[in-house]
Amino acid sequence: MDTSIQTTDAPPPPPQPSPVEQKRAARGATRPGDRIFLGLSRGSGILLLVIMAAIAAFLTYRASIAIGKDDANFLTTFEWNTGLVPPEFGIAVLAFGTIVSSVIAMVIAVPVAVAIALFLTHYAPRRLAGPIAYVIDLLAAVPSIVYGLWGAMILVPHLNGLNGWLDEYLGWTGIFSWDGLAPRSMLTVGILLAIMILPIITNVSREVFRQVPRMHEEAALALGATRWEVIRMAVLPFGRSGVISASMLGLGRALGETMAVATVLSPSFTIQTSLLDPGGGTFAQNIASKFGEADELGRDALIASGLVLFVITLLVNGAARAIIARRKEYSGANA
Amino acid sequence: MAKRIDVSGLTAYYGSHKAIEDISMTVEPRSVTAFIGPSGCGKSTFLRTLNRMHEVTPGGRVEGKVLLDDEDLYGAGIDPVSVRREVGMVFQRPNPFPTMSIFDNVAAGLRLNGKYKKSELNDIVEKSLKGANLWNEVKDRLNKPGSGLSGGQQQRLCIARAIAVEPDVLLMDEPCSALDPISTLAIEDLIGELKERFTIVIVTHNMQQAARVSDRTAFFNLAAVGQPGRLIEIDDTERIFSNPSVQATEDYISGRFG
Amino acid sequence: MSHAVLTDKRPSTLRGARLPKWSPWAIAAGSIAVAVGIGLAAGLDSRVQWGLIAAIVFVLGTYVIAARVEGGRQAKDRVATSLVWVAFLLAVIPLVSLVWTTISRGMKVLDPYFLTHSMGLVADAEPGGGIYHAILGSLEQVGLATVIAAPIGVLTAIYLVEYGRGRLAKAVTFFVDVMTGIPSIVAGLFILSLMLIFEMQPFGFAGSLALAILMMPVVVRSTEEMLKLVPNELREASLALGVPKWRTILKVVLPTSIGGITTGIMLAIARIAGETAPVLLLVWGNSLINANPFEGAQASLPLYIYQQYANSAGAGAAYDRAWAASLTLIAFVMILNLVARGIARWKAPKTGR
Repeated sequence: MDTSIQTTDAPPPPPQPSPVEQKRAARGATRPGDRIFLGLSRGSGILLLVIMAAIAAFLTYRASIAIGKDDANFLTTFEWNTGLVPPEFGIAVLAFGTIVSSVIAMVIAVPVAVAIALFLTHYAPRRLAGPIAYVIDLLAAVPSIVYGLWGAMILVPHLNGLNGWLDEYLGWTGIFSWDGLAPRSMLTVGILLAIMILPIITNVSREVFRQVPRMHEEAALALGATRWEVIRMAVLPFGRSGVISASMLGLGRALGETMAVATVLSPSFTIQTSLLDPGGGTFAQNIASKFGEADELGRDALIASGLVLFVITLLVNGAARAIIARRKEYSGANA
Repeated sequence: MAKRIDVSGLTAYYGSHKAIEDISMTVEPRSVTAFIGPSGCGKSTFLRTLNRMHEVTPGGRVEGKVLLDDEDLYGAGIDPVSVRREVGMVFQRPNPFPTMSIFDNVAAGLRLNGKYKKSELNDIVEKSLKGANLWNEVKDRLNKPGSGLSGGQQQRLCIARAIAVEPDVLLMDEPCSALDPISTLAIEDLIGELKERFTIVIVTHNMQQAARVSDRTAFFNLAAVGQPGRLIEIDDTERIFSNPSVQATEDYISGRFG
Repeated sequence: MSHAVLTDKRPSTLRGARLPKWSPWAIAAGSIAVAVGIGLAAGLDSRVQWGLIAAIVFVLGTYVIAARVEGGRQAKDRVATSLVWVAFLLAVIPLVSLVWTTISRGMKVLDPYFLTHSMGLVADAEPGGGIYHAILGSLEQVGLATVIAAPIGVLTAIYLVEYGRGRLAKAVTFFVDVMTGIPSIVAGLFILSLMLIFEMQPFGFAGSLALAILMMPVVVRSTEEMLKLVPNELREASLALGVPKWRTILKVVLPTSIGGITTGIMLAIARIAGETAPVLLLVWGNSLINANPFEGAQASLPLYIYQQYANSAGAGAAYDRAWAASLTLIAFVMILNLVARGIARWKAPKTGR
């Protein structure tokens, strides 16, 4: 704040004195305009902090009410019966489902996204790459409910074949066995989430790959490297941390995605050993599905599960931030 | 090892823009040939056509012939990747791979071309670093990142990386323009030693440098901005700097333009 | 000695055996034929499977043929190329399917009647009805959220860029990042916990508050980026004339970056317009027209899509409406995106990069 006064107090010597000079002097050193403006903008910043604090505080408060009434262990129980006397509910199934579906999504989306990003920066004909990147940019803006509707109506019936095939050849693992029910399963959810986070991971990775200094690629080329070897020697090492943080961004989305999971998954409060059989649930999906018929305790219980989701996403985003920060230091030391 | 380069009727484009036109010259093996000329005259572009790096630039294409000991680099069936393995290049700004150690930087080209035993790699890396006059400075920190070296050391590291694969020709694109005078001197000394083993072509903005290091000098010029660059003359360095046969060369060298 | 080892391993010529230029196409055609063959023979009914088989055959075939003819390094390079193409084509399938389905199925019932009528007394399984009430609700909720979030977001960004030094600014920067990662349903739960405390019933403005929380960090981030693009020389030129800082910001910095800031705000609007989860918790949905966002349940476009899908019990009419509403929503979001990008391009500050 004092910087503003310092800078404005040191204008160059004005060439012509009178009227301008007078006006400046009349306004004085305090300058109410500056103070009001600073107050407003700083106030907005503080308001943001207050909102964040309030989110944490109120969620914790309501969650503590619910957990206090919970007759079972909140972390390890496989049930969600808030209507029972005494109520018994826990997040074990939800935590499992959230993590499993997100892991499936990441396993599919990250390699494909990196490949598409490489396609756009190093393989596609230039005339094609620009428009495609633009379209992918737009696809990142498609609302999740539309993905959900598409997933439920189009993707689910199309996965029957894949499920049958997995069951036939990999069914013996137990993870890929299938009892023939409509594939409203964790695998389907994972695939849909992968499709949803594909555009965002692709976009960020593409940006990173585009920033690879041309001279590093030329160094590899001049040594007689093929295109793939250039990518392995110069592009991927340079872009690695960027890709990781892009993936974390995608992971954050997948963890918190509500509607797409709610429309596709056929939920239950059991942990399915097979990824192909319907059942299970995620934090966000459970909140959306259970909310309609929940009484006050039911809502508090859902808020408690939301708090857990909140903490998980905070951790993931924190990790992404830490990686980005390290990358900045790293490239700074390089310059 | 060192090979002769014979260029005839070479024209290079960026998209529809003609960057250099109809260049023919011969570069002798085991000698240093310097390219001089004003900015934008296409000497770097021409250099990059000699190892097929020009076509890496979007829109870049080439017409004409570049014979490397009777084999046309632009002939049918020639693999540009193999060309670049045999015609090494050092760039204007030192560009060691930032994520690799000093050792890995030098070994990078070797690892592409086949499997080597650890001891073989050690030998070649040591020999290359010695060849680049860098061994004594880095032998105790081969596993440290190459980006931690000074600019001049980085450039010598890049030279070591280029000579590790034993190319036939070594192209240098203004290798000293980003370096201080002492590092420049070190590189110039090194060029003098390397010409015993390699055919060296060097682009430079610095006429004293051309006079100091090269055996032959080629002068490039362009008629006007937007016009393609052309080879004005190529001759023994001594002659170019004392008694050139073209007036424009003399004007450029004596500092009347450029 | 090492020298000898070296030269032995180098190919003696610049010429390598190369596959002809048309070989990827030939291999692709071949693998599609093989996939169709396998698909017909094994009686696989899903075309997706045929595509997957073709992709796998293509990559493997490329590797085997290239390794035979060109050697290991070239084969790896070709496999990388084919994998990258395959990844791209595979990813295109669902995305094209999404857009195509939405357009083709959405067009069925999308007409002026659909846009100008509410669901009124239309039962979920019956045909008819429309989305007027949902559009109205969406516009009001998103509009109110924007009115709250845009000024706060822009002012915060101004604070961070123009004044921000010290611990407060660092904390704000950190928590803006944290806020960007909040799942939308958590923002909804936060407002819900407030409503539980004050024993309130669902209403439109509650949804706006949750949407505003989701919108603020996006606006802060994009505005920050735009303000940072304003060259410092401009600020210094103005300050050096003795113009006070706040007038410099209002008259010099903001006008220079207004295009980018508008773009950022529009993209943020596009993002929250598609949010369903918080609206589901806080606004409930309503099949009747409710023009008052401060009292009573309201509808919203994304929520309408969900409810048509979830409550339809398999009725085709409800699915048709869901698709038509999806098309409307996507059209709205895309128009916002395109206009925003247009503004960004048109008003981009000339930084001479």
